[in-house]
Amino acid sequence: MTPGVTLDALDALESEAIHVFREVAGEFDRPVILFSGGKDSTLLVHLAVKAFAPAPVPFPLLHVDTGHNYPEVIAFRDALVERLGLRLEVAKVEDYLADGRLVERADGIRNPLQTQPLLDAITDNRFDAVFGGGRRDEERARAKERIMSLRDAFGRWDPRKQRPELWNLYNGRHAPGEHVRVFPISNWTELDVWRYIQRERIELPDIYFAHQRQVFARDGMWLAEGPWGGPRGSETLESRTVRYRTVGDGSCTGAVESSATTLDEVIAEVTASRLTERGATRADDRMSEAAMEDRKKEGYF
Amino acid sequence: MVDPHRPRDTGRPRDLLRFATAGSVDDGKSTLVGRLLYDTKSVLADQIEAVQRASVDKGLSTPDLSLLVDGLRAEREQGITIDVAYRYFGTPTREFVLADTPGHVQYTRNTVTGASTAELAVLLVDARHGVVSQTRRHAAVLALLRVPRLVLAINKIDLVDYDEGAITAIAKDFGELARSLGFADSDVQTIPVSALVGDNVAQRGAHTPWYEGPTLLEHLESVPVEGPDAGAPFRLPVQYVIRPRTEQLHDYRGYAGQVASGTVRAGDEVVVLPDGIRTTVAEVRTADGPLASAGAGLSVTVLLTDDIDVSRGAMIAAAGDPPPVSDEIDATLCWLAEKPLVPGARLLLKHGTRTTQVIVGALGSLLDPETVRFVDTPEQLAINDIARVSLRTADPLPVDAYARVRTTGGFLLIDPPTGNTLAAGLVGDPLALAPATG
Repeated sequence: MTPGVTLDALDALESEAIHVFREVAGEFDRPVILFSGGKDSTLLVHLAVKAFAPAPVPFPLLHVDTGHNYPEVIAFRDALVERLGLRLEVAKVEDYLADGRLVERADGIRNPLQTQPLLDAITDNRFDAVFGGGRRDEERARAKERIMSLRDAFGRWDPRKQRPELWNLYNGRHAPGEHVRVFPISNWTELDVWRYIQRERIELPDIYFAHQRQVFARDGMWLAEGPWGGPRGSETLESRTVRYRTVGDGSCTGAVESSATTLDEVIAEVTASRLTERGATRADDRMSEAAMEDRKKEGYF
Repeated sequence: MVDPHRPRDTGRPRDLLRFATAGSVDDGKSTLVGRLLYDTKSVLADQIEAVQRASVDKGLSTPDLSLLVDGLRAEREQGITIDVAYRYFGTPTREFVLADTPGHVQYTRNTVTGASTAELAVLLVDARHGVVSQTRRHAAVLALLRVPRLVLAINKIDLVDYDEGAITAIAKDFGELARSLGFADSDVQTIPVSALVGDNVAQRGAHTPWYEGPTLLEHLESVPVEGPDAGAPFRLPVQYVIRPRTEQLHDYRGYAGQVASGTVRAGDEVVVLPDGIRTTVAEVRTADGPLASAGAGLSVTVLLTDDIDVSRGAMIAAAGDPPPVSDEIDATLCWLAEKPLVPGARLLLKHGTRTTQVIVGALGSLLDPETVRFVDTPEQLAINDIARVSLRTADPLPVDAYARVRTTGGFLLIDPPTGNTLAAGLVGDPLALAPATG
C-alpha cells in the first residue's frame, strides 16, 4: 500500500469491521457475537478471527435458537465452533414455550419470540457488548442505526436518543444493566457480503446454494415442510430447486427458486435480483411497514 | 459437487467513496438521494412497489422517490427527516456510502456527523432561492470539518425554466462563499440538476445544453477517494495488544490498530507516544500475512523491534514528524447536546483509543454561521454552537492540528454520568488554518 493507491472497497469495509471488533475488545468486559449460522454472522466470526489473529477470538458466540432449525445449519454451527475453539451459548425459545414464559403465536412464526430469550441471555451472562450482523442496507429503519447502539436495561432502541457517531471514534459508554449492540458490517451491502465470502473462501451452510427440497407455497414464498407446521389446507408439497438467501426461523424463512450452485452464480443472481433479501423471504418483516422498527425498539436484533 | 468458491475474473477492483449530502428543508434532498438510488438501479422491485403503494395512498400521481429514504415512522408521518441515514449504491467502478444528513433542528449535529467521514459533500440549493442562510451554515460546517471536496447541486432547475443566467448567478455566489471558507476552486463543482425529472443526476439533462460539466454521478465516480490524511505523516492509535501466549508465539506482541494517516513499512523509525520512546517497525501485517507497507484506513498489526511497554491508548507515530504531546489543548467545539456547556465543566475526552478526564477552561469566541466569523465570547454553549475553547486533560495527549490530520485531530467530549456524546472537538482552529484561495 503506497500513498496514492486507494483501498479496494472490500478492503476498506474489512478494515472498518476489524477496527470495530478491536475497539470493543479494548473497551468492554464481556462481549458476545450473536450467531445464527447464517451468512452474515458467519462473516462476523471470520472478521473477528482476522481481527485478533494469531490469537484466538476473545469472545464467545450466542445462538438464539427458535427450535425451527435446518439440521444442516446446526451441523455447520457446531463444526465451526469446534474448529475455532470457541465457546457457544444457546438460548432456546423452546425452553420458554415449555414452561409458559412464552406462548406459540397463532401463525406459528417464532422469530418475534426470540427477543425475550435474547435479553435474558444478555442479562444472565452480563454481556455488555453484543455483536450483530445487521446491515444498514437491509431495511429502512436500519439505515439510521449506529455502528455502536446503546440499549437500555429493557433492551430498547430509541432512535431519537442515538449518539452522534463521528470519525472512527465510537462511544460505547453504558451504565450497569445497559448494553451496546455493535454492528461491524453496517456499511456492507448484500453484494459486498457475497463478494467477500467468495474472496475469502468462507464456508457457508449448504442451504445457501441451489438444492432439491420439498416445499409448499405460502404468501408468495416457498416454505419447507417441517415441525413448524405446513403444508396445511390447500397448500401442497412439491419438489423444487431452491436456495435460501437468509437463514432464519423455518416457519417464516422462505426459499427462492434458483439454480445457483456456485458463488459466482449466487452473485450474478443477487446482482440481477428484483427483491431485497428481507422483502423476498422473511414473512415477519412483511407484517407491517414499520415491522422492523417496532421490533428493534423492543430489543430485537 | 461443484466447489462454490471457484473463482472468476472479477475485473478491476472497485474503490469506495464516502460522501455526505446536506441541504435545507424543502430543497428536495430526499428526492435527489432517491433519484441517485433509483437511477443506479439500487432500488429493488419490492422497495419501488412499497413507494408506489404509499404514493397512491397519499394521493400522488407519480411515485414520490423521497419516500425511498424516509426511514422512521415519525419521519414518514411528519414528512421530515430526523437523523443521519446511510445509503448504499454502486456503479461498475465504485461503491458509494452516502451519509444523508437532514437540514433542520439538529442540523449541526447531523452535518458534523455526516461530514466527519466524508471525502466529499453534496450541498443542495433550490434554484429559485439560491444561496440562503442555511447554505452558508452548512458550508461553514463542511469547511470546519475539512471535507476535502464540495459539490453545489442547484436543484429544481425545471422550476426556473432551465435559465442559465439564474444558475450562473447562484454558482458565482457560492464560489465566493466557498473561497471565503478556504476551498480551492478546483475542489468545488457546481452542477445544475432536477432531482424530480432526473436531469444531470445520473443522466445528462436534455434541457441544459449550455451545461458542459459532468453529471452528479459522473463527478462522484471520478473524484479521488483519498483524503488528505493519506499524505500526512504516519499515525497509528493502538487499539489492542495481540498476545497469543502459545508455545510457538510466546514472545509475540502485535500492536493492532487502523492506520489513521500516512504510510508505514518495516524498518521505519517510529516513536511511541505519549511516552516518547523511539523504536523501529519490525513488521507490518494482517491476518493474511506481512505487508510491504500499509496506508491510511487499513487495519493492521505492527510488531516493533524493541521490547517496550505499549498498551491500548498509546499512539505509534513517524519518528521524524510526531504530533506534539500536551495536556493543554486549544480546540474548536461543535456542541451537539441539549445540555449547555459552562466553563469549568469536568467531562471525558476520547481521542484516538484513549479516554481521559478533561476540564473545560475559558470559552473563546463563538462562530456566527451567518457571516462565518468568530464573534464575542459566550457565557455558555448551547446546542449547535461552534466555539473556540481551551481544555486541560488529565493525561497528556498526542494531538495533531485537525487541519493537518483529520483522524488524530478530532476528539469527542462525553458526559460522565450519562455517557452521552456532547461535542465534536477539532484541535486548533481548522477554519483559520484553511488554505488560501486556490
